[in-house]
Amino acid sequence: MKLKTALMGAVATVAVAQMAYADAHEGERGRDGEVKIIYWQAPSILNPFLSGGTKDVESASLIIEPLARYDPQGALIPWLVDEVPTVSNGGVSEDLMSITWKITEGIMWSDGTPFTSADVKFTYEYCTDPESGCAQVTKFEGVSSVDTPDDLTVVVTFDSPTPFPYGPFVGGESPIIQAAQFANCMGAKAPECTDENFGPIGTGPFVVTEFRTNDVIQLVANENYREAGKPAFASVTFKGGGDATAAGRAVMETGEFDYAWNLQLAPDVIASMQEGGLGSPVAGFGPLVERIMLNNTNPDQSLSAEERSVIRPHPFLSDPAVYNAMSLAIDRPLLVEVGYGQAGKVTCNWVPAPAAVNSDTFTCDVQDIAAANAMLDEAGYLDTDGDGVREANGAPMAILYQTSTNAVRQDFQALIKEWWSEIGIDAELRNIDASVFFGGDPGSPDTFQKFYADVEMYANTFNGTDPQSYLANGLCDKAPAPDTQWQGENISRFCSEEYDALHAQLTATADADERASIARQLNDLIVSEGGMIPLVHRGRLSAHANSLGGVDLNVWDSELWNAADWYRTGDNR
Amino acid sequence: MTDISTQVQPPVETPEKVRNQWWDVWEQFRSHKGAMAGLIFLIFITLFCMLGPVVWDVDPGKLDIRNKDVRPIYTAIWDGDAKTSWARPMGTDHLGRDIMSNIMQGGRISLAVGWTAMILAILIGTLVGVLSGYFRRLDWALMRFTDLVLSLPLLPLLLVMMLLFRDPLRAAFGPENGIFILIVFGIGITSWMQTARIVRGDVMALKEREFVLAARSIGTPPRRMITRHVLPNVLSPIMVSATLGLATAIITESALSFLGLGFPSDFPTWGKILFDSVDRMTAFPERVLWPGLAISLTVLAVNYIGDGLRDALDPRIRGL
Amino acid sequence: MLNYTIRRLVLSIPTLLFIALVIFLLLELAPGDPMGSMPLTIPDDVKQRMREALGLGEPWYTRFYLWLYQFFIVEPQYWIDGAFGTNFANDAQRIISFQSRSPVFDTIAERLPQTLWVVGMSYVVGVAIALPIGIISAYKQYSVFDQAGTFVSMIGFSVPPFFSGVLVIVIFSVQLGWLPSIYDTTHEVVDWQTFKYQLQQMIMPVMVLALQTTAQVSRYMRASMLDNLGQDYVRTARAKGMTESVVVMRHVLRNSMIPVVTVIALGIPSIFGGAIITEQVFKVNGLGQLLIIALQGNDIPMVMTITFLLAVLIVMMNLIADILYGVLDPRIRYD
Repeated sequence: MKLKTALMGAVATVAVAQMAYADAHEGERGRDGEVKIIYWQAPSILNPFLSGGTKDVESASLIIEPLARYDPQGALIPWLVDEVPTVSNGGVSEDLMSITWKITEGIMWSDGTPFTSADVKFTYEYCTDPESGCAQVTKFEGVSSVDTPDDLTVVVTFDSPTPFPYGPFVGGESPIIQAAQFANCMGAKAPECTDENFGPIGTGPFVVTEFRTNDVIQLVANENYREAGKPAFASVTFKGGGDATAAGRAVMETGEFDYAWNLQLAPDVIASMQEGGLGSPVAGFGPLVERIMLNNTNPDQSLSAEERSVIRPHPFLSDPAVYNAMSLAIDRPLLVEVGYGQAGKVTCNWVPAPAAVNSDTFTCDVQDIAAANAMLDEAGYLDTDGDGVREANGAPMAILYQTSTNAVRQDFQALIKEWWSEIGIDAELRNIDASVFFGGDPGSPDTFQKFYADVEMYANTFNGTDPQSYLANGLCDKAPAPDTQWQGENISRFCSEEYDALHAQLTATADADERASIARQLNDLIVSEGGMIPLVHRGRLSAHANSLGGVDLNVWDSELWNAADWYRTGDNR
Repeated sequence: MTDISTQVQPPVETPEKVRNQWWDVWEQFRSHKGAMAGLIFLIFITLFCMLGPVVWDVDPGKLDIRNKDVRPIYTAIWDGDAKTSWARPMGTDHLGRDIMSNIMQGGRISLAVGWTAMILAILIGTLVGVLSGYFRRLDWALMRFTDLVLSLPLLPLLLVMMLLFRDPLRAAFGPENGIFILIVFGIGITSWMQTARIVRGDVMALKEREFVLAARSIGTPPRRMITRHVLPNVLSPIMVSATLGLATAIITESALSFLGLGFPSDFPTWGKILFDSVDRMTAFPERVLWPGLAISLTVLAVNYIGDGLRDALDPRIRGL
Repeated sequence: MLNYTIRRLVLSIPTLLFIALVIFLLLELAPGDPMGSMPLTIPDDVKQRMREALGLGEPWYTRFYLWLYQFFIVEPQYWIDGAFGTNFANDAQRIISFQSRSPVFDTIAERLPQTLWVVGMSYVVGVAIALPIGIISAYKQYSVFDQAGTFVSMIGFSVPPFFSGVLVIVIFSVQLGWLPSIYDTTHEVVDWQTFKYQLQQMIMPVMVLALQTTAQVSRYMRASMLDNLGQDYVRTARAKGMTESVVVMRHVLRNSMIPVVTVIALGIPSIFGGAIITEQVFKVNGLGQLLIIALQGNDIPMVMTITFLLAVLIVMMNLIADILYGVLDPRIRYD
């Protein structure tokens, strides 16, 4: 009890303390003792090349680092290099075929050996080895060679002009690993190197002392870290597992932990936790969008597996009157309020961020059931038999609406089903275990790729700030089909020649403004022609203890990107 | 050997009163206060769930977002400012759904799932247990089969069942009944093993008792042996299994919904209402209180009825 | 009896192999994919390459054979090497988890301490409380003690741990601030202070789990005792002038143990299966959490190994229970 009262007092003074001693957090390395981080998904490995999971990438980012990162505003900043190469500073060649990185002098691995361009080249070779099964291999797509003219210079050459050359070695998914440590772990041997995968040597602020898979990581400050006086914390305990509620409670209500990641909780739950007074939520917005995908093919149960969700068109969903009415019937501000609170915004776009590519063509923040009904009446979808459900070509407009199992998604399903019933569209709800829904097992009828339903809801995003490859998800030839084992990213099976041509134009354009303009047009095309109904632009909401300073939530890169700058505010606990 | 004497029809000592065996059982049962209280509660909760919606015809799925987070009416007693409404006596949830009609609707499903899955499990368990304990030839195969089922991981098993049977059942019985059959069957066939092993253990011991030997020596056929002599004597562990099984089935159903293997999300059940409300437990204690109480009291009622039945069916106690 | 035991032990080998095959086929048939937990930003063709790197390109019988070989040949070699410093294994491939790419047995060994501390302890506590409650409840049927015991244990059993666990956390961690809500698996007991902390972090999960065990075991104990207390041999024993304690504790108890032994024996494997929900609520991260994460991530080698070890335990425990029946009631014969 006493501890808690004392903490309450401490919290009250934190705000003042932060102002008064703005510079008090400078000093010796390791002066602030221990910081405790909780992720409700436990990291299973510290080698992001062998696992693409966010939990693994972010925990590893405390240890291994890329050449350049994105900052919280989505701008590229140099990390292990002197500057970000561009065409204007000569780092990117005029023909867009190569990019030259200059490594900052004097950077050491945590074992005291110098960090050189050979390590960077090795990382490329490690990940692109055909037998390694590297999760981040797309980062190196189009790279024809990585050369090292000297110890501090890396030249990445592409096989075609690449307007956006910041894929390799940029961002948390593409860190540099030490050549000396992983030399014997190439290709098929990669999974056998348990010690290396659990304890990579890095250039980051912390060094692993103990790794327990799917449970806990213990780290200490890196004695060879490049900045004097950083990190402020001598050790890190990184706990994984449990659920988001418990993680939020541990930071904001009991004060046992300092930082909780990705609290996907209803806003009223977060607010009641915040009343605990020990911590605060922080939110940031990347390009993550919760959307309803419209099936452009016919998912009729009576069709065979080869025809189902392959043959176009859908009996009625492809009619603009239908999907526009469905969209108009949705009260998006209410969805945001119920599901995400400060971590959500209304959006009508597929690509709502970065700001430059966010289209302003559509507005959708007002629900209008009457207009939606009128739209359907006008298009000839009438309720002829008086059962409250309209008919399309004689068959009732009944749709199967599926999503993954998750409290907020089930609330959304309930709300949207209700609204659609008001415009005479009957929805049957189905929720599927996330590991089945998002797992690509071609034997299961319930994967989101197969889309054996009329509409389905999930969220998707992209890494970094360039949407080119994400926009490729709307290309005709990316539609999942039986002959490709249902692989493919074009889930709604949207197909438009105009879209394909415009995307081809994007891949050949270098000018940033021009690229953004094309991206906006692509976004408008897919939304207006029935690819999807965007619902909510979702942010990332994490929470930190009020006594933890320096947190700057970054949604474009690892959330723990600046853990070296974290410090303890006010009096120590 | 009192056991045998009860099997033989006792000479009618009071000819003016027709003494029927089941009437005796009922008399004895009625004298058990706990059992009567349990029975009354069970009838009450069943009627509440079955007939409640007739009187209280609020659609449990109807969202009324303006009236969300209404507190139960009794909150007004100590907190005059609380948002309460006579139209929502138990309050509403975070989407404005009426809690009372959800408890009724949820109770129908939870009770149906609980009873059916429990009866299924008890039937399979007793059958396997008795056969295996009584007939030595069947013992090895049946018990190794039990070991096998015990070893199977539940989650993949249910996923496979979903994969194989959901769409055919949905086509045959409609989406709701199809999933109901699947869940009941899933819970039933994965929870009979404990009963089977317990019954088998007791039957093996019983088989060597004198009264069984005596009955066998006068040429009673196995079928009659089992129904008249063996089963009545393993009734009490079966009763306990049944009581625990009912609770397990109701809770397992909620765990399945949580894993996305249960009923669709617009289908309330007690377990699911409880699970969904845990996050808001401190702000809205009533949302965990009602479903929690409903489950606990139902299980308690069934337990007391089980106790009463056991006493009533035991001839050594009956009539004392 | 010895003959019977040996025969059962020998026969359990084909049984277990058959169980392994059925589990493997079940996991094969189950929908799901180890790549399901990967972010959607990784394209499908990369996922396909990752699947192949995991060995999923091979047909199922090849992978089953490989698992059998690794489980029965390679892993024991590593244990022998570890114990005697020999080199039988010769760097052969061990069973590797899909998720962490580390040997499955290392992870299981890492999880054993907290599993035994929490789940094992709760089982011991639960049984230790349940037996006296069951005996007294039956001996003094319908007394206040019996009624209270029935009430508490049935309520305890019917309240799921996802609710009771959070309830005790809200009371004791959030409101009172007495106990930690998150279990520290790296905590080592070296002195009185650390032992005290270990007790503090164990007490909530142990009590929540023990309640379930207590409820089950005490109900069976009570029912079975009640059955036996009315038997003729009890009357005979009393008539012979034996003291009540001898009658109850020696004769009735012994004859009532058969269902209780069955329940306890069935419960022991589930200790090692962990307590999935309770571990999740208190972040104990024992074997239960390992299994559920592996199941959700479709980590077939991990799931296969854990469930098979559980199957071995189940078969062995049921064998022990069968032998104990013979000890408790010498009339039961298997030959």
